[in-house]
Amino acid sequence: MTAQTDPPELQGVTKGSPQDLAQGGGTGGAAPEPLAPAGRGTGRGRKGSSEGGVLNVFSHGVLVIWGVLVTMPLLWAVVSSFKDDSEIFGSPWGLPSALHFENWVRAWEKANMAQYFGNSLIVVGGSLIGTMLLGSMAAYVLARFEFPGNRFIYFLFVGGMGFPVILALVPLFFVMKNMALLDTYHGLILVYIAYSLPFTVFFLSGFFRTLPSSVAEAALIDGASHARTFFQVMLPMAKPGLISVGIFNFLGQWNQYLLPTVLNVGDPDKKVLTQGLVALAVSQGYKGDWSGLFAGLTIAMLPVLAAYIVFQRQVVAGLTAGAVK
Amino acid sequence: MQHGKYRFIAGFLILPLAIYAVFVISPFVQAIYYSFTDWTGLSSDFGMVGFDNYARLFQDGVFWSAVGNSVTLLLLLPVVTISLALFFAFMLNVGGRRTKKAVIGGVRGSGTYKILYFFPQVLSVPIVALLFQFAYNPESGAINSALSAVGLDAIQPDWLGDPQLALWCVMAAMVWANVGFYVVLFSAGMSSIPKDFYEAALLDGAGRANTFFRITLPLLWDTVQTGWIYMGILALDVSAFAFVQIMSVGPGGPDYSTEVLPLYVYQKTFRDGQAGYATAIGVSLLIVTLIFAAVVMRLGRRERLEF
Repeated sequence: MTAQTDPPELQGVTKGSPQDLAQGGGTGGAAPEPLAPAGRGTGRGRKGSSEGGVLNVFSHGVLVIWGVLVTMPLLWAVVSSFKDDSEIFGSPWGLPSALHFENWVRAWEKANMAQYFGNSLIVVGGSLIGTMLLGSMAAYVLARFEFPGNRFIYFLFVGGMGFPVILALVPLFFVMKNMALLDTYHGLILVYIAYSLPFTVFFLSGFFRTLPSSVAEAALIDGASHARTFFQVMLPMAKPGLISVGIFNFLGQWNQYLLPTVLNVGDPDKKVLTQGLVALAVSQGYKGDWSGLFAGLTIAMLPVLAAYIVFQRQVVAGLTAGAVK
Repeated sequence: MQHGKYRFIAGFLILPLAIYAVFVISPFVQAIYYSFTDWTGLSSDFGMVGFDNYARLFQDGVFWSAVGNSVTLLLLLPVVTISLALFFAFMLNVGGRRTKKAVIGGVRGSGTYKILYFFPQVLSVPIVALLFQFAYNPESGAINSALSAVGLDAIQPDWLGDPQLALWCVMAAMVWANVGFYVVLFSAGMSSIPKDFYEAALLDGAGRANTFFRITLPLLWDTVQTGWIYMGILALDVSAFAFVQIMSVGPGGPDYSTEVLPLYVYQKTFRDGQAGYATAIGVSLLIVTLIFAAVVMRLGRRERLEF
């Protein structure tokens, strides 16, 4: 541990402390790299002193190892998707001798990846719009209006976050069967909405509570109805919260596996992407078409990763929003 | 005005509440009711059997291995994931070179690390589970061929095929998938801790380990506790189901060594046609979840520090 500070070091700190705080305070991601200090030690200032150097090497080492552990399986899948089957089995770590793009074509067309992608888009498109609309409506009413039963309904929604979903799925399967909703897009959309409501209501009602009430009051005095105030005044004001929870729901619904596995198994053509991948793994396992399977995995993986890299800041904010509150 | 207000409230609540009631609340209530019946799920007639299903649980060996595995995941997965995440986040924020002006500093490129670490979080469980399933493949998987490549031909475990190892293999994949999220979460929390706290501690001669346990962890406690509950629910419910169902042989095998409660509920309902018994297993899962949440809340209760 090199943290035992030597006296000269301390002097430097105490002398420059006000300035120091101003610089050091708001550093989020980037390494704080203070300007060259006014006092002594200017020569080593920019690169930092050798104090903590050992620790620095150690932390970089540890961090790089985990970085490699995270990226390697993903890269491995992408590389394998260009190999042929014998290369996948013969040399799992080797590079492909030629780029077999036909794997991708085969996965997209023959293995129904295109179909699964389309199904996921339809279901998630419908359920995301529904979740956001219904969730924000319920959250708004619960956050800003007093009426008997308000707290009860709020906790009814919020309580749904902690209960084991699998328990409800047993009866739900038969409820949906009786309503002829199994293996339909609209049935799946309704279920996705229902299971996304707890978090959406919890998060957005917290958000609506923080918005100033004076704007809504002004709109009401100007003669706007409650509904119009909501859609034209309050929703636009809640945009940051809507974006966060929207990203959260999109990823959650796009990656949903349990609900479709239970409620959407009758019709192979209706499978969503996550189910399709598992079905592909089973069927390609029999056929021995591993390269097609890796291509399928890569096709499923790359768009999400690309979208994440582009909207990195928003995605992180959206996914961590629920936990920091 | 008042009339208009209540009409508005009802109008806005009716649809979300109706959907929620039909697809979430009523199935929950029904599930608890069905756990006292001998319903098969295949036909609509069934009879009340009182506590028979619950009595049967005590004789069911598979149920108890599922409880054992679920509780193992529940106890270990949050500890391992959160400790690793705290360690990496601390390295990112405090592991940097000490400069003249800043006593503590983040490492260079911490933004890049965070972007990389977050990758698994945006991928679906099937993608991660299938990738690991290939990596674990005993003949041509990445891990065993890497072992032979470095001359460890003698060590070629069966991984998911070995009852001793299978659960740990699944858990490793779950840790891999979840650490990044908590690194980013904790890192955000750490960077909002005022730097002069650290400076004061270092002035007083505290080491880095000391500053972590005396400053960072207490100030981050609320976030850690929330993360703990999230991870626990994940280890018990949806995520555990998906990982085990996709990765393990059987699924749940070999020899029930990876059987977990949500998977057993699923199998009893849709494979064995014992929906009534399955809901009793589900209710026991609910009880484990509630005990866990209560314990974490109770143990974690401390005075909230404002800074």
